[in-house]
Amino acid sequence: MSSYKHLIVAALSIGAISVSSPAALQCAPVPDSITLNQSGKLFSPFTFNHAKHIQSIKECADCHHHTTGTLVLDPNCARCHQNSSPTAVVSCKGCHSATPFSPETLAAKRADKQRYHLDKMGLKGAMHQNCIGCHAKVGNGPTGCQDCHPRTKEGAAFYSTNRKGAKPAHAEEE
Amino acid sequence: MKRRNFLKACLIGGTTIALGKTNKGWASGSFEGYPEAMGVLVDTTRCIGCRSCEAACNKEQKLPEPDTSFDDPSVFQHDRRPTAKAYTVVNSYQKGQPSGPVYRKVQCNHCNEPACLTSCFVNAYTKTQEGAVIYNSKVCVGCRNCMIACPFNAPGYDYDSATNPVVKKCILCYDTRLKYGKPPACVEICPQEALTFGHRADLLKLAHERIRATPDRYVDHVYGEKEVGGTSWLYLAPVGFDKLGFDTTLSNDPIISNVKDFLGMVPMVLSIWPALFSGIHLLCKNQEHGEHGHDTDSNQEDTKP
Repeated sequence: MSSYKHLIVAALSIGAISVSSPAALQCAPVPDSITLNQSGKLFSPFTFNHAKHIQSIKECADCHHHTTGTLVLDPNCARCHQNSSPTAVVSCKGCHSATPFSPETLAAKRADKQRYHLDKMGLKGAMHQNCIGCHAKVGNGPTGCQDCHPRTKEGAAFYSTNRKGAKPAHAEEE
Repeated sequence: MKRRNFLKACLIGGTTIALGKTNKGWASGSFEGYPEAMGVLVDTTRCIGCRSCEAACNKEQKLPEPDTSFDDPSVFQHDRRPTAKAYTVVNSYQKGQPSGPVYRKVQCNHCNEPACLTSCFVNAYTKTQEGAVIYNSKVCVGCRNCMIACPFNAPGYDYDSATNPVVKKCILCYDTRLKYGKPPACVEICPQEALTFGHRADLLKLAHERIRATPDRYVDHVYGEKEVGGTSWLYLAPVGFDKLGFDTTLSNDPIISNVKDFLGMVPMVLSIWPALFSGIHLLCKNQEHGEHGHDTDSNQEDTKP
């Protein structure tokens, strides 16, 4: 039953991309590419090929969890989201805060005693863990910092790249 | 009669003062940290060894340029410790293992009852209510007792200046960030969210929840929850902590417990001994005088007809 459902989902996703019209699954159109790290200072913005990822992964829930309304596979998530309908916002930043440790976010978290998702990752953490985690697991895809987003001039200064190859401190001790 | 009362008062007074002082000393052992103290949970299963935290610390604390760039992986060949020029370092462990290397960020763990603070006789260290252990270089005399006392080898000494002794270590970005409730620079830059900032009490719950939810991912221990009385920095690990360079021989008692019993005796010695010995001295002296006087009196009486 579940593999049958998968096939439908995959077919629909690919179909949605190929005709590049509003997807059959949700109201919002599925973008072919997304510019990430738009306000990055140390690393440049870069283009994420969404269409290519849909084709190779074929499973929206792998990245979007329950938000796209597809079948939730994680048994822990399925306890609540088994029959979740698609949410209005499916983008990462719709749920994952860009400032997960700001005083305001921490205070809001403390005040909300009923909250279940207490350990929800921030936006940066969620994206890096998802991308690097999958790329490392599949063994196919960039995992280095500059493989996705090249450093800016400011970034090069921040990481003191001009000192690369200089004698490390431990070399003197030996 | 007068003499006896005086001695009694001395003894009772001295004992109450001494007991009062030592009781206070014992009570400090039950201190479990400030309730509103902040902390950082380090999830070593998430760290990818990018060393961005080192770079961020270097810039935030205005430290000198590093010996080699912050994207140079050659530093992982050796275990490093924090120094006066680098308050935090990332080391690599389990390099030959199929599960890949495990990276561990090292810095001051900001103990609930810091050994550096205990060992400092000029009170250069302060444990703030926000959880940071900060340091005042103005009163430091450069004895470096704190460096010996620290169970985590956190404080580094600035050997460049002979006249101005300065011990340098992570201060949880207290001056620039923590004071205002903001996360330290290392936490903010971490791409993998391997560092989680929050109230220490909340972080402990998160840590145990992560272990409960994904038991295959972690060993069932939160390093820093109890070690040396608890630390503001907490660690989760995929393998035994001893394999990641952690000192797993540390007691759960704060370092101060090692010296508390001895130090508890100091006020007792200072308050009881003067009273006791001056009392004995006075007693002996008075007796001598009294007996002598009595003798002469009786002699005089005897010589009377």
